[in-house]
Parts: sequence; structure tokens; C-alpha cells
Amino acid sequence: MGVEQKLANMGVVTTTLETAVNWGRTNAMWPMLFGLACCAIEMMAAQAANFDMSRFGMELMRPSPRQSDLMIVAGRVSKKMGPVLRRLYDQMPEPKWVIAMGDCASCGGVFNNYAIFQGVDEVVPVDVYVAGCPPRPEALIHGVVTLHEKVKAEKFKDLAKA
Amino acid sequence: MDNKLEKIVQVLQGKFNATFEEFRGEAHVFVSAEQIIEALTLLRDEQDFALLSTVTAVDYWPQESPRFHVIYQLTSLTQNLSVQLRVPLNGSQPKVRTATGIFQSANWREREVYDMFGIEFEGHPDPRRILMPEDFKDHPLRKDFPLGYEEPQFTFNFDEIDLRKPYAKE
Amino acid sequence: MSEFQLQEIPVGPYKHLVSERALTGETMLLNMGPQHPSTHGVLRLLLELDGETIVNCIPDIGYLHTGVEKNMEAKTYQKAEVMSDRLDYMNPIGNNLAYVMAVEKLVDLDVPERAQALRVILAELQRISSHLVWLGTSALDVAAMSVFLYCFREREQILDIFELVSGQRMMTTYLRPGGVWRDVPVEFEAAVRDVLKVFPKRIDEYEALLTNNPLFLDRVAGIGKLSKEDALSFGATGPNLRASGVDWDLRKARPYSGYEQYDFVVPTNPTGDVRARYLVRVREMRESLKIIEQALNKLPLGPVHSENRKFVPPPRSEIGVSMESLIHHFKLWTEGFPAPKASIYSAVESPRGELGVYLEGDGGPKPYRIHWRTPSFENLEILPIMSKGHLVADLVAIIGSVDIVLGDIDR
Repeated sequence: MGVEQKLANMGVVTTTLETAVNWGRTNAMWPMLFGLACCAIEMMAAQAANFDMSRFGMELMRPSPRQSDLMIVAGRVSKKMGPVLRRLYDQMPEPKWVIAMGDCASCGGVFNNYAIFQGVDEVVPVDVYVAGCPPRPEALIHGVVTLHEKVKAEKFKDLAKA
Repeated sequence: MDNKLEKIVQVLQGKFNATFEEFRGEAHVFVSAEQIIEALTLLRDEQDFALLSTVTAVDYWPQESPRFHVIYQLTSLTQNLSVQLRVPLNGSQPKVRTATGIFQSANWREREVYDMFGIEFEGHPDPRRILMPEDFKDHPLRKDFPLGYEEPQFTFNFDEIDLRKPYAKE
Repeated sequence: MSEFQLQEIPVGPYKHLVSERALTGETMLLNMGPQHPSTHGVLRLLLELDGETIVNCIPDIGYLHTGVEKNMEAKTYQKAEVMSDRLDYMNPIGNNLAYVMAVEKLVDLDVPERAQALRVILAELQRISSHLVWLGTSALDVAAMSVFLYCFREREQILDIFELVSGQRMMTTYLRPGGVWRDVPVEFEAAVRDVLKVFPKRIDEYEALLTNNPLFLDRVAGIGKLSKEDALSFGATGPNLRASGVDWDLRKARPYSGYEQYDFVVPTNPTGDVRARYLVRVREMRESLKIIEQALNKLPLGPVHSENRKFVPPPRSEIGVSMESLIHHFKLWTEGFPAPKASIYSAVESPRGELGVYLEGDGGPKPYRIHWRTPSFENLEILPIMSKGHLVADLVAIIGSVDIVLGDIDR
């Protein structure tokens, strides 16, 4: 509705390239299926009919990393799974973002022992942390909306690395 | 203890000279490592204990002999009974013969006991680690293996722990 | 971006598990990796394929190993219960029930009748919710997508009841040693009666979509047969065993928590294929509704936890007036309660099979050794023999029918 109001009779819209690109990136972000443990069930519930995540652009969950831009690490990451996670992250094309869903992905959660990474940020760089054990679907959607706001505020000069 | 269970325990006592303990209606029968295969075969064939519920182990470090107890929990569906066999093993080179030939569910359970405790099962068809990565060296559930506890970060020690945490690079 | 090469899986480490044709290269080893939409969790399967037919299937687990058994040894009995929810994450109340029953057996603690009836109602609601997720995800695997959305809609209604009772949708930790945490609010009965009214028609809807559908039957009839002897030898329990013709349910054979008062049927099916397991689980959902109705009608009044203050904390109102209550509260919160130097094994019937807890105390407030006999561990062992000779697409249907939860397997 907003674009038609701006167009009126002229058919010309002026905006910055950053706004247009960020608008495109946020409104159709496809998450990669990376449900590991209990948080995966809440992620599925967030995708299902009651708390529809398709409203926010996440229509499909792609199992292939080559076709997705968002990795929601839902669940605890064990030491055996760490290299697999890193490899999948590397296979995703730029631009890519990571949401650490749940307490185990953010900081190790209840499990402070030899078998679990204390926070998935020891393996991949994380953009948004969603707390909860497991976080409610509304909390996950709030995390996704926070990520959208972060992406909308991205500037090209920060992304253009040497 | 149930009457039928008492009779079975008496059979085991007679044949293998086994000791037993009773607690809350359960029977725990101590069998030696050489006799365990015979005992399991007897219970499966003659007493109709068709289901091996679990195989696990306990570590009694620093007590060296016996250091481990390997536990076999058997269930009989037709008689609705359960019995537990315990095999005491010493700390150095703990070995016991595999029960895979009698109950096939022992295959993975014994791999797990090997992985977690280091107890070798002679004649096992697939002696690999099951839960830890293949190149892991120690045995986690032994009492001398540390928990791997990491200091939680509160505000007073946040920065010093942050420096030590291995954050990922891009 | 780091460099990596595509690696072929070497046959070497698996030489003793694959057929001789793999060594010559006639069959191929394919990795169905830990991240896969149909493996229901982080399960890695190594398939030895001859074209599209499976010759051997080697499961590789451990990608969700959490070290729960060792971690529980470092916590007191009350605090360790929190970790028990997170093992079989489809059935947290069932895990709680197994754990608190083991603790009560070890320390010989009584449970009042109202608490037992509440435990039964919540455990059966949890069974229905777990079977709904199973139905949704395994139907999604055979491409019946609307069933997935319907099942999750029903599940929300049950999760609302859990939230009403304990404040948490999934990991409630509502059952405590000696009873339950606190009494249910007044809206509980109306909410459960609403579930009882609405569910039978919804289950009829799923059956209308799937049971006689020729597309569904083509994919599941005659696939993944499991004989009775194999099922018992591999230790499979629960619906997998009952769908092979063995009538063994711990709720009937060794009744716990008052199950002997309720009248219900344990469904079995002699065929042993994927369709049999589907029929057994759908019938189990209907029987669970019957149990919930009977328990709710008979729900007795009374206390919801034991009066034994050495194990159960006193109510807050008493702490200000009674010295013993203050001391009990202090000891339970700082130290925990001691358990005798002995070991027990106690089992309940989870939606997947026999969920057993081997608990050994050492006279102190922390468990010396706790071992979880989780049903999905044995249930996964039957996958290789069930999938020999089938196509890869059938394997997806078979994995769905076994109903594994990786948190249960890897602990």
C-alpha cells in the first residue's frame, strides 16, 4: 500500500539503494532447517498455523544451505556437531545471518559440561540471541523482527570489507 | 520379594554360587565375569526372560577392586518379572564377554558402555565409539574425568571470562 | 570462506558392517547427513546403495550427546529434575514422571491420590501431544502437508493446558518428588473437558484423510516389516513392539500412579509394518482420551503432595510460624535430601516405549549414578533390519514410523 501512495500519478519512486536492497533482503529471508533439539519443536510450532512465520516472509524452510540466507540454530550444539555446523554455515552464500535460538545456543543453557558448546558463538558469528528454554513462538518471531530491524539499518560501507 | 522371583534367584545361586541383594522388592544378583554368558543364556532359554531392558555400568573409583559393576536388567514378559545381574570388574583392563549373541540389543548398549567407561567387550562385532566423536581419547563417565564445567559470567567477572572464551571468527 | 573438498566416504572404517560388494565399488556409500529434513533430528545414516535399493543401513548417532548422566551427578535430586525434561523433548512430563517415581522408590516416599490422578491426566495429555507431532511430521514426510498443520493446531490446545497448570508450554517440571508442584487452577477442568469434547472428531478427520487413502497405503502397506522375534531380541518396546503382535504395556503389566483404576484397551496389530504402527498409535490416542475422562471424573480432593517434610518443602505460610518448617525449608534448599546407599530401577510407559531410570544413591544429596534407559535407543537399532531391500523413499517412511527422538537416544 505504501508504494502506491508514493507513486500517485507519476510512476516514479526515489529512494536510496541501501533502503531498497535491505527491504528486499528482509522481506523474503528464507531460513535453513537447522532444528537440533527441543527448540526445533517450538520453531516448527512458530512455522505452523497458530503463530504463522510466513507473515514475516519466512514462507519456506529450505533444508539446503545453498538456497537459504538465515540459519536459526535451534537447540544444543554438541562437540561432535560443531564441525558440521561450521561446514553448513560456510556453504551458505552471502549475505547470511544467524539467530541463536534458545538458551543452549546462546550460552550453553542448563548444560554446563564437557559435551556441549557453551554458546554457538564459539562456532559461528551470531547476529541475534533469543532467550528462553524453549522460547515461545512469539519470542522467536520477536527475534526475527529484531533481525529485520538490524538488517534494515545496515550500511554498505560496513559490508564492503577489504 | 515375589515367590517366583525367589525361585529364580535360588536357581542362580545354586548354579553359579552367586550372592544377591534385595532392595524395595528388586533382586540384584552378583555373577562373575566368566559366568555371565551362561547366566544370561539360562535366563533367556529356561526362565523365558525375553527382553534385555538395558546394559549399563557404574564406576566406584577410587575403589580399585572392584572398580566397575556392569549391570544387565532383564525382563520376562510372560511371567511379568524383572531381575538385575551385576558383574564386578577390576579397574585395570576391565574385560567381559559380549552378550550380543544372546540378545541383539546388547550390541549398541555395550558400545555405549565401552565409550563411556572403557570396559572392553570381547567378541563384539562392532567395537567403535558410539556417542563421542571417533577421535575422542578418554572415557567421560568415569569418576576421574572432570565435568568440564565453565565459570558462569556474572557482571563482576564478565570481562575476564570474555577474554578466555573462544569466539568464532567470520 | 574456508576451502573444503567434497569427500567420498571411505569404506575402510565400516568394512565389517557393509557387504563385500562395497569393497569392489559395486555399491555406493551415501551419507544421509546429520542435517536432513526427514531424519527427525540429528541422525546420520550411512546407506549402502545398489542403485536406489538399500543393501545396508548404518546409523551414526552422538550428534546431540548432552552428557546428562554425568551432569546429573553434580546436582541435587531436586535440581537434577530440570535436566530430565530435556531428554525426550516430545514427552517432558513423561520424563519427569519416570524420574520422580525413581526418586520416590529410592527414598520410599508416598504420593497422595489427587497427585497420582493429576499425574495420569497430564501424562496422557502429553502422550496425545507427542503422537500428534509424530503424526504431523511423518505425514509430512510422505507428503501429506495439511495433516502437519492440523496436528500442530490441536497441539496448541494441549500446550495451553500445560501453560495454565505450570506456566511453561513444554519443559514444565511440574511433577516433583512426593506429588506435584502445586494444585491446578479452577479453569483446569473446563479446559480438559473442552479437549475431550473436541478431540474425537479431530482424530476422525485425520483418519479420514489417511487411513483408507490409496496414496498413503501405497506408501506404507507392506513396508518395513518387523517380526516378533526380532522386535524382542532387539529390545524394541512401545508401539513398535505392539504393532508386531506382542501385548506388553507397562501401564497394564506393572501399573503405577493409579493406572489400575482405569479401564482402557492396549491396541496391538499382528502385521508389523509401517501401516500397523500408524494404526496402533492412532488407536492409542483414542484410548488416552478415555483414560483422561475417567481420571477427571474420579479426581479426588485432597493434598497434592506428601506431608513428609524431609523431602517435600513446607508451604510458605508455615515458615513464619513453625520452627521445624523453617529448618526443613533451609535444609532442603541448601543441602537437599539424602538417599540411601542402594540402587533401584523403575520404568514407565512413554509414548515411545519403556522409559526406565536406574538410580543409585550413596547416602548423600546427589545421585551417585543415574542411567536413563531410553526407548528410542533400542528402537533405532531395528532400523537396519527393517530397511534392507527397500528404496530410499521407503526409508523415509520407515524412520517416521519408528518415532525416534534424538534427545532420547543421545542423552
